[in-house]
Amino acid sequence: MAKVLVFIDNPGNSLKKSSLELLTLARSLGESVVALNGELHNDVAAAFGEYGVSAVLRPSAQDLDDYLVAPKAAYLAAAAQSTGATTVLLDNSPEGKEIAARLGIRLNAGVITDVVGVEADGTAHKSVLAGSYNTACKTTTPVSVLTLKANNVVPEPAAAPSTPETVTVDVPVGSTEAAARITAREQKVASGRPDLTDARIVVAGGRGLDGDFGPVEELADALGAAVGASRAATDAGWISHDAQVGQTGKTVSPQLYISAGISGAIQQKAGMQTAKVIVAVNKDAESPVFEIADFGIVGDLFDVLPQATAEIKKRKG
Amino acid sequence: MEKTLKIIVLVKHVPDAQFDRHLNGEGYTTDRDESILSELDEYALEAALQLAEARGGSKAGNQVIALSMGPAGAVNSVKKSLQMGATEGVHLTDDALAGSDAAATSLALSAAVRYLGQDAPVDLIITGMASTDGETSLVPAQLAERLGLPQVTFASSLEVDGGRLVARRDADTSSETVEAALPALVSVTDQINEPRYPNFKGIIAAKRKSITTLSLADIGVDPAQVGHAGSWTTVTNAEERPPRTAGTIITDEGDAGIKLVDFLAAQKLL
Repeated sequence: MAKVLVFIDNPGNSLKKSSLELLTLARSLGESVVALNGELHNDVAAAFGEYGVSAVLRPSAQDLDDYLVAPKAAYLAAAAQSTGATTVLLDNSPEGKEIAARLGIRLNAGVITDVVGVEADGTAHKSVLAGSYNTACKTTTPVSVLTLKANNVVPEPAAAPSTPETVTVDVPVGSTEAAARITAREQKVASGRPDLTDARIVVAGGRGLDGDFGPVEELADALGAAVGASRAATDAGWISHDAQVGQTGKTVSPQLYISAGISGAIQQKAGMQTAKVIVAVNKDAESPVFEIADFGIVGDLFDVLPQATAEIKKRKG
Repeated sequence: MEKTLKIIVLVKHVPDAQFDRHLNGEGYTTDRDESILSELDEYALEAALQLAEARGGSKAGNQVIALSMGPAGAVNSVKKSLQMGATEGVHLTDDALAGSDAAATSLALSAAVRYLGQDAPVDLIITGMASTDGETSLVPAQLAERLGLPQVTFASSLEVDGGRLVARRDADTSSETVEAALPALVSVTDQINEPRYPNFKGIIAAKRKSITTLSLADIGVDPAQVGHAGSWTTVTNAEERPPRTAGTIITDEGDAGIKLVDFLAAQKLL
């Protein structure tokens, strides 16, 4: 059976949902093997068994986190070669894509990013040009490297759990030489809200907020949603740049996207038009966002949002 | 005086996102009519110009080379880069390059960088954070891997001191300070600077600057290694997504917040 290598980077105490999605997809394509970086805690080891992983590989070096990308790609290439894996799966984070990029060159393997599904014959599906096309693509190489977007696979444990063996993989000598070294790292204060890229619901605000994200944040918290913003709002410094949705920010495809005070020009549309349901609130009835909204409200967001927040709290009790 | 720098900036000619964008033909390649210099590459160019100017600019021997790979029209992105202040422009163009994926593109660009480094070594390659068309962000990392260079991606600040660079990267959960020895490849975000507009002086000066056109033969790349034939990925099907259509639009009469919640409840989104 074909071997599928899944890269899991620093899982901490438990596996993220996106990691479980990778393991589920891997099992549908062949025998799944995990290449782990970082500590292996008991709960994570147990989850690997539940998801039917046959082996867990660990690097011989412990300093991979001190460098950007290159040594992790070297480790993963060694892991792929030692197991004879024909597919390597990574998450679709910026770092996941860059590791995939370098890994592809090391393995002479085609790389496909932003994958939403993979068929048994290796055909991968993704959308391109800001969601305006759905495409099917394949690699033409013996090994394929794919990065999977979150929320496209339903995590499912294996019918028969496994007892994975642990194997150490030698990280090639010299793989940290031509790499950038991380000399300092500051953790940002956690918002407690879901991650914008993976969130099921996003509430986003724009120019119409005039500097006050309060109504957007309160509605987001009532819905358990992530907070997003248009470029106008992040450029104005009203909210962190990390929150930007659009062509120069993040691309999101949540179940529900609520747009408040955003005109919906192409730059913003590019980042959110694959959302399942779009709700828009804007004072200007001519805003382009109303052309793509499933439910649009022409009105003052400072009235509509707080009223909706109060109503949600009331109904949720 | 600090050591002068030889910097290559990768600039891409991309379809203008203000218009509808299309995939065409048997290989579903991107339609490049109505194309412009990728907005995200202007930040890369500005970062290079600032590093060069801090060292006395072109008079002191600093070089900022704008390199674009693409069909005939891509020369316009090279021209715009020269107007902004790049000292030289290079247009890598060859019919055999059409349909190249990231692996094939990085192969051709790595050969072009080696070619441009023949007389004097290149210190720094700077790129934008992504292209606004392909959006895979693979090419900078693949180019770095092929050239054996450290990569520092998504830099929101960049300083070069002697033979080293220091950059800051902002991710969602942390900020990092990163160091690398030159030569290195850096991709910069749109937070790093405010790109300049070409001024009249720049536009006039650009007319006197030369643009070198390179073919695959010039840089020693076999045409079979690039384009559709040399790519490691292939698009087997592409379907235009049906455009979204407008749904129910209401005007607030004092109860729109309640109606919004009714809509969410009906869609089972609460």
